[in-house]
Amino acid sequence: MAFSVDLLIEAVIFGLLLGCFYAAVSIGLSVAFGLLDVPHVAHPAMLILGSYGVYLLGQYGVDPIVAGLLLTPVFFFLGAGLYRMYYETFEKRGQSAAVNGLAFFFGLAFIIEVLLVVAFGVDQRSAEAGYIGGSLKLGEFRIPFRLVVAFGVALVLTAALTAYLSRTFTGRAIKAVGQDEAALRLMGADPVRIKQIAFGIATGVNALAGAMLIIVTPVEPTMDRIYIGRTFCVVVLAGLGSMSGTLVAAIILGVAESIVLMFLGASWAPAVAFGLLLAVLAFRPKGLFGR
Amino acid sequence: MDKMRRKVVGAAGASVMAASLPSQVFAQSAPIKIGMSMPQTGGLGGGGQAALVAIRLWVDDVNAKGGLLGRKVEFVAYDDQSNPANTPGIYAKLLDVDKVDLLIAPYATVPTAPIMPLVKQRGKLLMGNFSFQVNADVKHDMWFNNAPWNDARGWSRGFIESGIAAGGKSIAVVASDQDFAQNLADGVRAYITNLKLNKVYDQNYPPTTKDFSTIIRAVRASRAEIIFIASYPPDSAGIVNAIHEIGVGEQVRILGGGMVGLGFTPIMINLGSKLNGITNFNTYVPGMKMPGIDNFFRRYTERAKAQKVDELGFYLPPFNYAIGQMLEQAINATKSIDDRRLADYFRKNEMQTIVGPVRFDAGGERVNQRLITAQFRGVKDKDQEQFRSPDRQIVIFPPSDKTGDLIHPYERAQKS
Repeated sequence: MAFSVDLLIEAVIFGLLLGCFYAAVSIGLSVAFGLLDVPHVAHPAMLILGSYGVYLLGQYGVDPIVAGLLLTPVFFFLGAGLYRMYYETFEKRGQSAAVNGLAFFFGLAFIIEVLLVVAFGVDQRSAEAGYIGGSLKLGEFRIPFRLVVAFGVALVLTAALTAYLSRTFTGRAIKAVGQDEAALRLMGADPVRIKQIAFGIATGVNALAGAMLIIVTPVEPTMDRIYIGRTFCVVVLAGLGSMSGTLVAAIILGVAESIVLMFLGASWAPAVAFGLLLAVLAFRPKGLFGR
Repeated sequence: MDKMRRKVVGAAGASVMAASLPSQVFAQSAPIKIGMSMPQTGGLGGGGQAALVAIRLWVDDVNAKGGLLGRKVEFVAYDDQSNPANTPGIYAKLLDVDKVDLLIAPYATVPTAPIMPLVKQRGKLLMGNFSFQVNADVKHDMWFNNAPWNDARGWSRGFIESGIAAGGKSIAVVASDQDFAQNLADGVRAYITNLKLNKVYDQNYPPTTKDFSTIIRAVRASRAEIIFIASYPPDSAGIVNAIHEIGVGEQVRILGGGMVGLGFTPIMINLGSKLNGITNFNTYVPGMKMPGIDNFFRRYTERAKAQKVDELGFYLPPFNYAIGQMLEQAINATKSIDDRRLADYFRKNEMQTIVGPVRFDAGGERVNQRLITAQFRGVKDKDQEQFRSPDRQIVIFPPSDKTGDLIHPYERAQKS
């Protein structure tokens, strides 16, 4: 594709929107993996579960974003319960928690996939809302509303999580538990309970992120596999545990992918994520915003 | 009189025995085992599950008639999850553990390609299942594809010629980066070199692509008048959505061509009116005359409904039932399940199926192609039954099945 400023501007705008969507689907993992060191490879499967929950509520006429918000507390308790199970089974016993945990979450991802296939079949499911399918027309530019919605929700989500983690006692405790569990215990806080809340938040966020996913693209039960690499890439690129970093890293990724896709071809786009990751890790092993 | 009575009773007894013979033979002979892998989950799962309904329908039909060579037909199918990495292992298991007698390929090119070397090495007959040019390089002499197409030229001819006739002078090619789409796109690229078409855009996209906005924006910027798209089911839906949002420009004469999935009921219902104006390949559209097809669809729909899979089943199911019919004809004619003898029969004879007569060339592809190019029109949202009407997909090619002319440009056709 021949270069033109118009196309470049459009590629940057699309990249920005796409990046915010990546941030929305990665931010829960930033809490679970980035702050808690839990190898949560079932994160994308939970995301798809969230999308199907939104689809189900959509059958009763509930708007996807409202459905995502309604499901958030349900997913919070689901996540808190899951962490308790993970803690009792692996973390409490100490050794090989990471490796065993990896197996646990892979198993969980497969179980979720199978349950979704049994319950909903293998066909794609999509959400319906007035803002899906239309586009914002600005002269020659047309920007899909669904990406604008994902952009807005990602910004709100990131701002809310950043504020919560830095301005509330529990939020600061969540940040602390990833850095020094023993010190947190000396402060009178129960690290396991704090981690349980954090994992609940990470999973609860997935309900809203799942709503974004089904707004942006139709979903099917095995789609989580596509998002494993990309979500982990965003979190590591950002620097483990940084919420605003997750947003910025996702936007960098989205813009880079979009420009490459527009001018070099779509085949090169998947290489962008991991190329960027390798480059950043080579020069800044802690990630762009890691401390 | 007693003699007469004995004769009558004897004859009646013989008749009863003869009538019960098939079931007795069933009980004593080993069944004929037919095995395959089929995508039942993943991107191709919707099509695969529908195809399985049809194959099982044939298995039940043939067993109700007494089986093949007096032996019951047993069918084994495993889910390959639409993942080509799974199929070689499944076919090795089918041959070495399940000891199947006959093999059917999984639906689609991508899962089939990895098993071709194994099947050739083992000297097994393989009934192809809607693959595209998968045997072109392997050249297995016991491969017979059920699909009504042959090469890329035959596939795209109706689409490209209609686009040129509508005034198209430039073309954009968008193709998924996997076997099927690449085989098709390569064929189209070769075909259009002799047609004085100006190729203004030619890009592949990775199969994992989920948002097509940027790709469609690039296509729009190319100002192409003919847009040929070779895509798989999940991508096809995403591309149609992006086209609807971004637009492709008023200059476009024709759009579509090789978008797999636009014949799957859930995707058709999902896209609804967004399908209008798209011109795509088809294997069957309502109104086409084929022997026994109406009866097949009536019985298929009952089962599909009960199993919650594609209730219309226009794309794969009749052709999967036809695989069974072709095996049945060859086995009954040769009185054998020997792979080589069956392959010889397939090469030399015309097969009679519910999708019409089928003849194979030396490469195991269809000689008598019957691939339809049809344009979606008047499609409304959320209405499955509308697709049973011949008015929703107007056949513009080939002339023998033609039901109308192409409406162009694409923007006008979208409103049709």
